[in-house]
Amino acid sequence: MSSTSLVYIALFVVVVIGAILVGAEGRNFFSTGNLRDVFTGMSVLGLVGIGQTLVILSRSLDLSVPYVMSLSSLIAAQTMSSGGASIAVGVVLALLFSAAVGLVNGLVVTKLRVHGFIATLGVGLIIKGYLDTTYKGSAGSVPKEFQFIGSAAIGAVPVSTIGMLALAAAVYFLLTKTRTGHHIYAVGGSAEVSRLSGLRTSSPVIISHVLCSLSAGLAGILLASRLGVGSPTVGTQGGYDLLSIAAVVVGGTLLSGGHGSIWGTIGGVAIFAVLDSVMSAIQFNPFLKDVVRGLVIVVAVAIYSRRSSETKRVRFPEKGK
Amino acid sequence: MVDAILRADAVSKSFSGVEVLSEVSIALMPGSVHGLVGENGAGKSTLMKIFAGVYRADRGSVWLDGKHIDFGHPLEAMKAGLATVFQEFNLLPDRTVAENIYLGREPQKFGFVNSKKMVADTGAVMAELGIDFISPSSRVSSLSVAEQQIVEIIKALSFDARVISMDEPTAALADHEVQLLQSVIARLKSRGVGILYVSHRLNEVFDICDAVSVLKDGKLVWDGLIEEITQPEMVRLMVGRPIDAFFPPVLEGTTIGQTRLEIFEGGNEFVDSINLSVKSGEIVGIAGLQGAGRTEVVEAIFGAVPFSRGLIHIDGVETSIRNPRQAVKAGIALVTEDRKAQGLALEQSILDNALLTVRGAHPSRTRGARRDAPGVLSSLEVNSTNLGQEIQFLSGGNQQKVVLSKWLLTNPRIVILDEPTRGIDVGAKVAVYTLMRELALKGVAILMVSSELPEVIGMSDRIVVMREGRLQQGLGPQADEAQILTLATGTIALTAEGEKS
Repeated sequence: MSSTSLVYIALFVVVVIGAILVGAEGRNFFSTGNLRDVFTGMSVLGLVGIGQTLVILSRSLDLSVPYVMSLSSLIAAQTMSSGGASIAVGVVLALLFSAAVGLVNGLVVTKLRVHGFIATLGVGLIIKGYLDTTYKGSAGSVPKEFQFIGSAAIGAVPVSTIGMLALAAAVYFLLTKTRTGHHIYAVGGSAEVSRLSGLRTSSPVIISHVLCSLSAGLAGILLASRLGVGSPTVGTQGGYDLLSIAAVVVGGTLLSGGHGSIWGTIGGVAIFAVLDSVMSAIQFNPFLKDVVRGLVIVVAVAIYSRRSSETKRVRFPEKGK
Repeated sequence: MVDAILRADAVSKSFSGVEVLSEVSIALMPGSVHGLVGENGAGKSTLMKIFAGVYRADRGSVWLDGKHIDFGHPLEAMKAGLATVFQEFNLLPDRTVAENIYLGREPQKFGFVNSKKMVADTGAVMAELGIDFISPSSRVSSLSVAEQQIVEIIKALSFDARVISMDEPTAALADHEVQLLQSVIARLKSRGVGILYVSHRLNEVFDICDAVSVLKDGKLVWDGLIEEITQPEMVRLMVGRPIDAFFPPVLEGTTIGQTRLEIFEGGNEFVDSINLSVKSGEIVGIAGLQGAGRTEVVEAIFGAVPFSRGLIHIDGVETSIRNPRQAVKAGIALVTEDRKAQGLALEQSILDNALLTVRGAHPSRTRGARRDAPGVLSSLEVNSTNLGQEIQFLSGGNQQKVVLSKWLLTNPRIVILDEPTRGIDVGAKVAVYTLMRELALKGVAILMVSSELPEVIGMSDRIVVMREGRLQQGLGPQADEAQILTLATGTIALTAEGEKS
């Protein structure tokens, strides 16, 4: 059984247990309102998780995502404060800056050979320093029509979540149908084998970093739309750096690169969103919420690491194995 | 007369002043399998790596299809049609067969990877070779070692390789898998591909090779058609290296006493029916080919990958060893094959490394060991300025001496050495041999695994040979290299005349 199907089985179990617990409180987990909450909870983490998946598949890591989100929300909100006509400009500018950060991340990782963990931590801190000195609080404001994007929904499904899923589909397409995607897996699996097969081993890593920052930028824009303003702390408050890595890992992607899938990540994101919603509904002690999240992460990885077996050749197979 | 497809002309290669290949010339004909045989260190792998573009020849020239070639990168060799299947695989386990084969050359349609074509093309190459048991879309990690080997060959063929060289392709294969590989090789031959076949298994060489070159100590000692030579003659040509004079004799007063280590019918997934005993003061050598299961036996004794069947007795007492910690507590030391990955913490100091095992297994003895460490290290003549130096900056020989010190500080009763002199200089080798003799004098039981036959013969009181996961019969100290090779390769026995019996 693939890791991805395991994730969705886990999601199913979480939903069933959650629905029973919520039902015991006399409420309906499957009510339109509640489902919309769950889906809304998925959109931002989903966007960040999609980018994080790409980076982790190429055997890097991105800790700068929360700062990119904050930066992007501020650029978008401030550009848009001049009125409805500037919406497009705001979005484009925010994405351009995000992509630039991703490019820097990718270059530091590949050309200066700094491990992704440190490279993106450093770049993230630089952005944080800039944000802390420039902004004392939220800034800018987005027009009403743009705020609509963040809150609109078709039935129980918010437009933002549909957008997130569309991006996931696009990335799925990238990973499975393009050379770039194949090479992201290859370089993440083994840089040496890729090099000996004639690949330029840095391009896939750079591309995945740019795409990761872009999706974090999108998440920042979405948050600006929801809040109506840009905020220098919107990314860090959500803890999106570690939470996105957790969602990727729970989704079955290996931190060591080269193995995993985008739909696994979406499943991981959904598990976290359902858990959050259920724990709020049954008025679970908020301090214990993180305990549950932590348990889910550890248990998931423990299951995956049991599944990955040694490839040493067995000469005398034993019964029962 | 057909022209050779690949020709080496008086190729020489030295590493740090030591000549490992000396004016070797061979000619590989299209549509033929050319065997390359010789002992460890004879220069087979070096020659292959020169063909593959991993190394460059110091002198001499290589010709492919009449064109002079001098590759600087393995990819250049592949693109020129000269592919090499190395012992260690160059495949991505998480990707499919087709994705591996076309990595970096994925067929495209409208800018997107054309997976259908990729799978179809892979299937076509495989069908041509009569391979119907591998699916192009299965993951490489789900394949057996033999199947992975075949995928490597298909990858080579997809580059339109006209020459494929294979380094010990059957070392890790079981018998039925060997047959699989041989049928693929037969198909390749019929397509006019030239195959260079490096192997230790002489039976195979005689089964599938058309011509053969025998290397010894970097020199070509025989070259011709397979019909012109017999197996015993070939064995004689391969061996006969004078046993180096630097093996110290058994120290006076050494007595072989009680049985210290005894294994009854030990077995696990990698080895089977292991019956082995080592007495106090005795040195037992384990010989055998790469992949024969020698390391697996010592790892099992040491509890790294324990036996799942059978019994271990230490000094006559049945002892359960399920992990290395229990082994260390029972007085067993294991000097591992891979010094850097398994023996040392490279970023730590000499002293920390020397104290590694004592600290872990006998914390209460750490204080005493810290006092003794400088003495033990200097008795082994570890050449270094100070004991705080990081171990990664020492030479291989000095590193090995630190590994030995680490174990000496635990006062072991049984010392197991896996390839103890691999990659170290002669001076350090002598130090290792001398130490083994001193340990024997003290009554320690010593088990040594080695691929260097002169070393096995020069140091052992008794020799056991492994083949395909099982122990073959034991030999006395008077065994010669030909006898050991015969047992290790499964070659037919030599008669007194040295002719085929």
